[in-house]
Amino acid sequence: MNIRGIRAIYVFEMRRTLRTLSQSIVSPVLSTVLYFIVFGSAIGSRIQAINDIPYGAFIVPGLIMLTILGQSVSNASFGIYFPRFTGTIYEILSAPLSFIEIVLGYVGAAATKSVMLGVIVLLTAFFFVPMHIAHPFWMAFFLIMTSVTFSLLGFIIGIWADGFEKLQLIPLLIITPLTFLGGSFYSINMLPHFWYQVSLVNPVVYLVSGFRWSFYEHGDVSLMTSVTMIVAFTIVCLIIIGWIFKTGYGLKK
Amino acid sequence: MENNTAIKITALKKIYDNGFKALNSIDLEISRGEIFALLGPNGAGKTTLINAVCGIVRPSSGTVAIAGYDNIMQYREARSLVGLVPQELATDSFETVWNTVTFSRGLFGKAHNPRHIEDILKRLSLWDKKDEQIRFLSGGMKRRVMVAKALSHEPEILFLDEPTAGVDVELRKSMWAQVRDLRETGITIILTTHYIEEAQEMADRVGIINKGHLILTEDKNDLMQKMGKRQMIFVLREPLAAIPTGLGSYPLTLEKDENGDRLILTYDPETENDISDVLDNLKSQGIRPKDIYSYQSSLEEIFIKLVEAK
Repeated sequence: MNIRGIRAIYVFEMRRTLRTLSQSIVSPVLSTVLYFIVFGSAIGSRIQAINDIPYGAFIVPGLIMLTILGQSVSNASFGIYFPRFTGTIYEILSAPLSFIEIVLGYVGAAATKSVMLGVIVLLTAFFFVPMHIAHPFWMAFFLIMTSVTFSLLGFIIGIWADGFEKLQLIPLLIITPLTFLGGSFYSINMLPHFWYQVSLVNPVVYLVSGFRWSFYEHGDVSLMTSVTMIVAFTIVCLIIIGWIFKTGYGLKK
Repeated sequence: MENNTAIKITALKKIYDNGFKALNSIDLEISRGEIFALLGPNGAGKTTLINAVCGIVRPSSGTVAIAGYDNIMQYREARSLVGLVPQELATDSFETVWNTVTFSRGLFGKAHNPRHIEDILKRLSLWDKKDEQIRFLSGGMKRRVMVAKALSHEPEILFLDEPTAGVDVELRKSMWAQVRDLRETGITIILTTHYIEEAQEMADRVGIINKGHLILTEDKNDLMQKMGKRQMIFVLREPLAAIPTGLGSYPLTLEKDENGDRLILTYDPETENDISDVLDNLKSQGIRPKDIYSYQSSLEEIFIKLVEAK
C-alpha cells in the first residue's frame, strides 16, 4: 500500500482547509451558533420540552448533523472536483496509487475536517444549553461514520459534476432539505402518521435519531436500525466509487 | 532498469466513445537514456499516446511495458519510474513551490527528502522562489515547477509534452539546456513538440505521428541524411544562358530570378564532397561566383514532406 501517497493527499487537503480557515471552520461554526441563539435560547425557551429534553438541548445533535452532513459533502466534492477542474488530477492518475488509496486520502481529509467541526460545534453548544452525552462511544461512532459516509457521497458528487453549478446542486436541493426534514429540529413522532411514514424514507432520519439517542437515550427509531442504515449507506457509496474507478467514469477518458 | 528498453508499446489503440480513433495500432520501442522526439501536427495523437503510457487514458487495446513492467497489471512499478510534464500549466496556484514539489514526491510513495528537493529546485533555478505561491510566478517559472514536480520522485523516464509551448526564445533555449543536463544524469526523455527546431536541436531519435498512425521512427541524423538534401549555391556575377557542357558531370541546376542567376549543386556529403573540384571547374569555364553559400534541409521540411505524403 502506498501509505506515503495517501498521506500526501491527506496533508495537501488538510493544508487547504487551514489555508481557508475562515471559510472552512469559522463560517459553519458561526452559523451554528446563530441557530443556537435563535432556536435554542430565543425561541427554544418558549417551546416545550420534547421527551423531557429541553428544546435547546434537543436540537444540538440535529445541528451537529446539519453541519457535518453539509461540510462532508461540500469538502469532499470540492476536494476531488478542483483538481479535475484545474487539470492537476493528471498527477494523481499517473501516480502509483490504487483507487482505495486515492479515496482514503481525499475522504479521510474531508471526514477529519467534518469531525473537527462536529466537535467544535458540540463544545460551542455547552456554552448555550445544559446537556450531557449518555453514550460517548455511540456519539463518536455516529459522528465519524456520518462524516465518512457523506464524504464518500461528496467524493462521488465531485466526480459526477462537470461544473460548479452541479457541484452545488445535490447539496442544495437534496442534502439540505433532507437534513431539515430529517428530524434535526423536531421528533418525527410529532408528525401526523402519513408524514411520519414518509419521513422514514429519509436516510437522514436514522442518522439524527441514532446520534440523538447517543446523547439522551431517546431516538425516533431504534439504535440498531440507525446503525444498519448508516452501514448500508456506506456500502452503497463504496460500491459506486468502486464502479467509478473500474470504469474510469469522470476521471479517465 | 534491467535491459536497454525503457518503453515498449505494442499494437496500442485508443478509440474514444464518439468513435474517434486517436491511436491506431502504435508499435514503438524507446531505448534507455535516449531523447526521443515525437512529432506531429495538432490532434495527431501525441498527447493521447503519452497519457496512455502514463495511465491517464485507458487504451482500447494493446500493451505498454515500462522497463518490462506492464503499465496496467504492474502499474505501481511502472508508474514509479515515470515522470510527466503535461502540456497545460496545471498547478495548485495557492501552494508554495516547496510544498507542491514535496507533495508530488509523496504521491509516488517516496520518503521525504529535503536534500533532493533542494537539489532539483536549485538545478531549475527555483530555489529563491521555494516559499512563493505558484500564482505569483511567471509562466516560465511555472513550467519549471512542473518539471521539478515530475523529477521529484527520481524517475528514470521523463515525458515532456510540448515543454516549450508558449515560452519565449530565451527560455526555450534554457529549457533545452536543462533537458540536455537531465539526459546527462541518465534519464530517458520523450518529448512531444510541434517546434521541429526543438527536435532537431535535442533529439537522438524522431518519431512522426499523424492521425493516430506512427508514420516512422528513425535516428534523427539518419533521417536528415536519408531524406534531407545538401546544396551548394553559387551566385553568379554574369547571367548564364545554359550550364556549360564541361560541367555536365556535376549534379548542377541553373536557377534564374530577379536577384540574378544561381548554379545549384545538390550533393551527398558522404560521397561527393569535393567542392574545391567543382570550384576549379567553374573557374576553368570562366564562371566566377560573386557569392557562395550552402543549404541543408531542415527537419521541418522533411516532416512536412512526410506528413503531406500520408
